[in-house]
Amino acid sequence: MQDRDLRLDGNAAGGLLNEIFPFEMTSAEATCAGCGTKKPIGELMLYNHGMGSTLRCAGCDTAVLRITHIRGYYRLDVSGMSHLRIAE
Amino acid sequence: MALQLKWQIGTAVEIRQETPSVKSLIIDLPDWTTHLAGQHVDVRLTAEDGYQAQRSYSIASAPEDKYLMLTVERIGDGEVSPYLTDVLEVGYQVELRGPIGGYFVWNAADVQDNGPPLLLVAGGSGIAPLMAMVRHRANSNRRVPTKLLYSSRSYDDIIYREELDRLVASDSSLRVLHSLTRQQPENWIGYGRRIDREMLAESAWPPDEKPLAYICGPTALVETVANHLLELGYEPERIKTERFGPTGG
Amino acid sequence: MAEKFISRGFKGRARETDTTRRERVPPGQFETNEFPVLSAGPTPRTSLERWDFSIYGDITEDLKWTWNEFQQLPRETVTVDIHCVTKWTKLDTVWTGVSVDTLLDDIDLDAQSDVGYLMAFCDGGYTTNLPLDDVRGGKAWIAFEYDRQPLAPEHGGPARLLVPHLYFWKSAKWVRGFKLVRENRPGFWESAGYHNYGDPWKEQRYAGD
Repeated sequence: MQDRDLRLDGNAAGGLLNEIFPFEMTSAEATCAGCGTKKPIGELMLYNHGMGSTLRCAGCDTAVLRITHIRGYYRLDVSGMSHLRIAE
Repeated sequence: MALQLKWQIGTAVEIRQETPSVKSLIIDLPDWTTHLAGQHVDVRLTAEDGYQAQRSYSIASAPEDKYLMLTVERIGDGEVSPYLTDVLEVGYQVELRGPIGGYFVWNAADVQDNGPPLLLVAGGSGIAPLMAMVRHRANSNRRVPTKLLYSSRSYDDIIYREELDRLVASDSSLRVLHSLTRQQPENWIGYGRRIDREMLAESAWPPDEKPLAYICGPTALVETVANHLLELGYEPERIKTERFGPTGG
Repeated sequence: MAEKFISRGFKGRARETDTTRRERVPPGQFETNEFPVLSAGPTPRTSLERWDFSIYGDITEDLKWTWNEFQQLPRETVTVDIHCVTKWTKLDTVWTGVSVDTLLDDIDLDAQSDVGYLMAFCDGGYTTNLPLDDVRGGKAWIAFEYDRQPLAPEHGGPARLLVPHLYFWKSAKWVRGFKLVRENRPGFWESAGYHNYGDPWKEQRYAGD
């Protein structure tokens, strides 16, 4: 099994992100805190683990954004993201 | 403009068998607004005991079409696609939300006929969002030079084959190149292997024309093609990708 | 409140359990014959030449084994049931590995009794926290074979932690060592809303359960 079999891209997280942010999020630009790369969320590598979603930098694999949705709370771990730019 | 998508319920008004393992569902959604070619919806299934499963499917219909079309490949061990291809019937309802996506989109209004050429690369059911683009392009009478390189397992697995033939016949600015990876019919003159660097070097637009590329299909194909296009000199910001996962949908 | 929409004819994956094995399946779980791969990141591929397992932390000892040294340690083959918090349970899985008791033998834990916890750390950055008592007394292994075959990378190979009495996210894939500590700090999933301990028989899935 290849890594490719386990990942999608951030396009598939668009629906989930729209539950949290009332904007179109796949084109929102995230800056990776690991390597400084700026990419639209649609270009991040999405690992949809059954326990939560992890969006990783395509360049350095840093977890740019991690999201769980548990008992009425969305928890976002944004420690891998230094900036996020969202078009209104 | 802020938006918050809501789950909406549509009714299947038509089901088309596109290929032995692929069906198109044509859905009437009273609350639908509009969409851009390339966007997708999330489909959510709920069992009687409350269990839910959810998957994303690209919208294959053009924004101008009356109903929404989703083209679904049956994945054997999947949870959602076997329901959509084996159980859902005309008249059944389906819950979905959308349109989703602002990155992997193509809008004819943003494009000039003499603008940079368009390269669309599809693997299997990855043709769905690119077909929305091709249909929208035709509806808008856009003649921007467009090449679609489309990889399928065999001739019978080519989704929308006849419609693509008709569009090509009536529009000289659209070219479709097929590659059949497992089986080719006798007298086949198209490509007969997985998309590789040589095929792209031969068939893709030259990089100095600053083409815009959209690649969609299984993750492995998308990443291979994207890497080759970069090697051939395409600009990274002008390569847009949408991965479907291991088996394409 | 609006009636919930039901997808006509949708049943989902088989979610019933054979009643003869029911008592081995914790509450809220269902049995599977598959072995799903769940991943939060790319599969690390550490070569055996570079692999090592360390134990260090708030202790006086600092231990490390190379792969060859690890393979010389006494090993066990065990058959255990495993339970994933995403609700699947797999019965009678067979693993081969080194008992964590063997690894902790060289540490004088009685003299350092205030060190009560560990953080397991892994290639790829995954972490999970456990009380020390939950990896001692024949309850945990560093496993490098599944079903008597070398553990596949997507299932955690070359070696993973195996702690079957807790939810399977505690059985950290691609484990490279333990940091022994005095304070219990949450790891990767524990800090994202999952339970700090994770006992499947008490359905401790989420923080606050």
